[in-house]
Amino acid sequence: MSVTVAHTLDEALELLAATPSATVLAGGTDLMVELNMGHRRTDAVVCVNRVGELRSWRHDPGTDTLRIGAAITYAELMDAPLAGFSPALAQAARTVGSPQIRNAATIGGNVGTASPAGDGLPVLRALDAVVHLASTAGTRDVPFAEFATGPKRTVVQPGELITGVTIPVLNGFQGYSKVGVRNAMVIATASACLAVDTNGHTVRLALGSVGPVILRAPEAETIAVQAADFEAGTIDPEAIPAFAAAAAAAARPIDDHRSTAAYRRRAIEVLSRRLLTRAFPAPTPGASS
Amino acid sequence: MSATTATTTTTTTTTTTGAPVTGRLGDSPVRPDGIAKVQGSFAFSGDLSADGSLWGATLRSPHPYARIVSIDLSGAWAINGVEAVVTAEDVPGKPTYGLIDQDQPVFASEYVRYVGEPVAAVAANHPETCRRALAAIRVEYEVLEPLTDPERAADGTFPPIHPNGNVFRHQRIVRGDTEATGEVVVESDYEIGMQDQAFLGLEAALAIPDPGGEGVELYVATQWLHEDRGQIAACLDLPAEKVRLTLGGVGGAFGAREDISLQVHTCLLALRTGRPVRIAYSREESFLGHVHRHPARIWMRHHATRDGKIVKIEARIVMDGGAYASTSSAVLINAVTHMQGPYKCENAVVDGWAVRTNHLPCGAMRGFGVVQACFAHEGQMDRLAAACGLDPVEIRLRNAMETGDRLITGQVIENVAPVRECILETAALPLPDEPVGGHDGDPMRLPGGAGLTADRSHIRRGIGWGVAIKNLMYSEGFDDFSTARVTLRDGVASLKFATAEVGQGFVTLAGQIARSVLGVDDVVLEPIDTTVGSAGSTSASRQTWMSGGAVDGACRLVREQLFAHVGAQHGVDPLRLAIDGRDVVDTMGDLCVPVAQATAGLVFEDTFEHHHRPTEELDENGQGNCHTAFAFVAHRAVVDVDPELGLVKVVQIATAQDVGRALNPLSVIGQIEGGIAQGVGLAVMEEIVQIDGRVRNANFTDYLLPTFLDMPDVVATLIEHPDPMAPLGAKGVGEPPCISSTPAVVAAIRDAIGKDLTRTPVRPSDIVF
Repeated sequence: MSVTVAHTLDEALELLAATPSATVLAGGTDLMVELNMGHRRTDAVVCVNRVGELRSWRHDPGTDTLRIGAAITYAELMDAPLAGFSPALAQAARTVGSPQIRNAATIGGNVGTASPAGDGLPVLRALDAVVHLASTAGTRDVPFAEFATGPKRTVVQPGELITGVTIPVLNGFQGYSKVGVRNAMVIATASACLAVDTNGHTVRLALGSVGPVILRAPEAETIAVQAADFEAGTIDPEAIPAFAAAAAAAARPIDDHRSTAAYRRRAIEVLSRRLLTRAFPAPTPGASS
Repeated sequence: MSATTATTTTTTTTTTTGAPVTGRLGDSPVRPDGIAKVQGSFAFSGDLSADGSLWGATLRSPHPYARIVSIDLSGAWAINGVEAVVTAEDVPGKPTYGLIDQDQPVFASEYVRYVGEPVAAVAANHPETCRRALAAIRVEYEVLEPLTDPERAADGTFPPIHPNGNVFRHQRIVRGDTEATGEVVVESDYEIGMQDQAFLGLEAALAIPDPGGEGVELYVATQWLHEDRGQIAACLDLPAEKVRLTLGGVGGAFGAREDISLQVHTCLLALRTGRPVRIAYSREESFLGHVHRHPARIWMRHHATRDGKIVKIEARIVMDGGAYASTSSAVLINAVTHMQGPYKCENAVVDGWAVRTNHLPCGAMRGFGVVQACFAHEGQMDRLAAACGLDPVEIRLRNAMETGDRLITGQVIENVAPVRECILETAALPLPDEPVGGHDGDPMRLPGGAGLTADRSHIRRGIGWGVAIKNLMYSEGFDDFSTARVTLRDGVASLKFATAEVGQGFVTLAGQIARSVLGVDDVVLEPIDTTVGSAGSTSASRQTWMSGGAVDGACRLVREQLFAHVGAQHGVDPLRLAIDGRDVVDTMGDLCVPVAQATAGLVFEDTFEHHHRPTEELDENGQGNCHTAFAFVAHRAVVDVDPELGLVKVVQIATAQDVGRALNPLSVIGQIEGGIAQGVGLAVMEEIVQIDGRVRNANFTDYLLPTFLDMPDVVATLIEHPDPMAPLGAKGVGEPPCISSTPAVVAAIRDAIGKDLTRTPVRPSDIVF
């Protein structure tokens, strides 16, 4: 097995062009487990976690968007200044593994692995993130919604590298909740991200670990938008159970050794209700009378 | 943040006139291996290596039950760097091994009976070569329908999957008036999942063959060197003395190292190749390669008077022992004989089966059958309390066992039995002063923790109780003696024993004993190996009692030699001499000779075997004095539960434990905290999931252990009444902490949500639906 350490983006892309079958290594927190368990074999590894272009982030005040380099770690996402741009991404980052894992694991790796249980992914889905890909042939941007085609399957082509993601910086509540059977360091049984865009009058709800890919719950979102007063920060309390039920209906969970479909669906209902209540803590006076 | 506060109800004070020796009994000296372990320089067995050593690896069955049609090794032999490929045909001696019944093949020959059963092994120049060699071995299987329902093994409706049949042991206990009834009757079914010992130091060994292959030296992490040696020698067809074992650094055991795993394979490959061979398991292989805690289904019925006094118990227990016997029959005996719990009970009908299935083999794990029994009898005590309108503490106090009471086996409890005191002292410990979510509303303190799933308003708090009795040492006529040799030379004591140090701290305690008895500061621990007599297993909460007794006995023999020498030199009757600090003193005169001076240039040496009192087998009605001694413990758990999501945060465990005498209080607290962590794990998350005979979570991603955020605060009281039967007054303390902590946590969850929970671990869906 060859292991090559790239120091610039061009170098990384040339290495990938030369060996399109090469495996990209950033934090290694997914890859090393797969190699050690014998679930994956590889002859060539291109190591990208020292590529400066991937280790940087940039806030564009003009578009109010945040571009996050693929090799930014969860430990960096958890804390200021990045946490200020997306509180939900910071919350999701905190739920990933142990401190050691968070110091190594990267957002690009999370996107590339495309596990339905990937902790950062519901946030990216709720925020309508864009994934940036590059190869020696050029670059392309893929909406996150179209990026994953199934569990651990993506549109990334041989020779292509995930260079980063861009998310909008929204004005409004963001929250991420994740259920696992342990109080930390656990794979999600079910997870949800709720993001409110007060300016754009949208409510976005994305669901993790309850489908082959990260799901949105458009019917629930519509219910919330119709019941919300974005200026006052209130919502008709009667809409909250309907919202939660619609979220649960949007889930497509399965039974496996971690949990059951029925539990996962129930968990989505509860998480969605609680997130919406956190987003609109003050009920509209008299709305339920 | 987990913090433990320890208090003692009785204090033993020693007045010392001579110079104090530090690190004596009752002190908490620094462990000799502690700093190396914390700093990462301690050599665990996985760190072993030898010049020119090869790597070994094991091919395992992919099927829970199948007939081996053929094995083709040619592909493995064809790989450059492969030095040996062995199967059942290459085992020179006994083809099977086992602690009680030798029914487990070194390598499967005709049938494989569980996923992970060894079929072949290879030795090669590199782990990667081993991997390729294993992949190149072609095994043709005829897949058979696996036996996965232990009830079908017990009721005899499944054809035998082994020549010895599908039942390892059936034991009935019938005592007193079997027709007795009570005014109050409560009954329920209970289920306990399969727990893994989950030690952190994976299985690893290094075997070095003697020139000419006449013997072998094995460095291995194990719990019982001499038992390993006997089984290895039988399989290799070597005299026992030609198999020499040295303890490799052990990173935890909890019962999982009591059985043979890689020992015979490693030695066989070394003898075949004439070169040192090392095998080191991965985590996944470790899950497949050692025995586990028996899953169990228990039905139990209690009859009681209106005021809550137990009249009769009835129970039916089925324990799934998996594919091979291991210690299943002994685990079963522990379960059936402990079904009454630490409570007075005159009448009983108990039926227990340990059965064979195509699941992972089960054997010893901390608590050894009593964990399962306790989960059922403590669930019953809470039902009884509710039926009688009593609170959980009162029902237990009314029935608390005392010294002189009889077990349902007819055996009289002769040990100190402070059950009542354990309960009352636990109840006296303060409840947590923190509100739900902690004082500062830290979401990490809520159920769900880092997942930010709940707010304070969603949480309900509950309190639950568990009380346990646990036997100490081996049972049913087994003489599990221990041996120690002590050499006193120039004021330095050297200790030689084969007691496996698995993390419990016997290496610390042995030095404390020698310092106390011999008045020396310096104690040298010789290598732990088979060049001295057996120490028995580091299990059954027995080494402080048994090996402690052996070291104490050997030290006393040496001290007699010393006193005889000093007495002769100074014309004083040796009976008048005593150790005071570092000196030999005349208790009736002025003589005071420092031990170092009295032993200058001299050697005093002696060996002592400590045997516990004999025990008996049970008769067909389960009657007999089968156990050696008993210890007791109480636990009170406080939990916060999110009922809608079924998530739990264990907030606090309070405990009072009957320890006899705390020889090393810090070590006792360590055992209490560690045992509680394991008990909490079994209560809310730890379970090996097998579906159709296949393990689905043989890794730490999906087999969840409590993290720091899941571990409750522990408040502990040590109940110290030195036991006259124990050599040093000290009872074993390792197992009780993990026995009743599990039912206490589950009872607290029931209390929080007002729902019946009869299965452990409690899964979120059990709470929600």
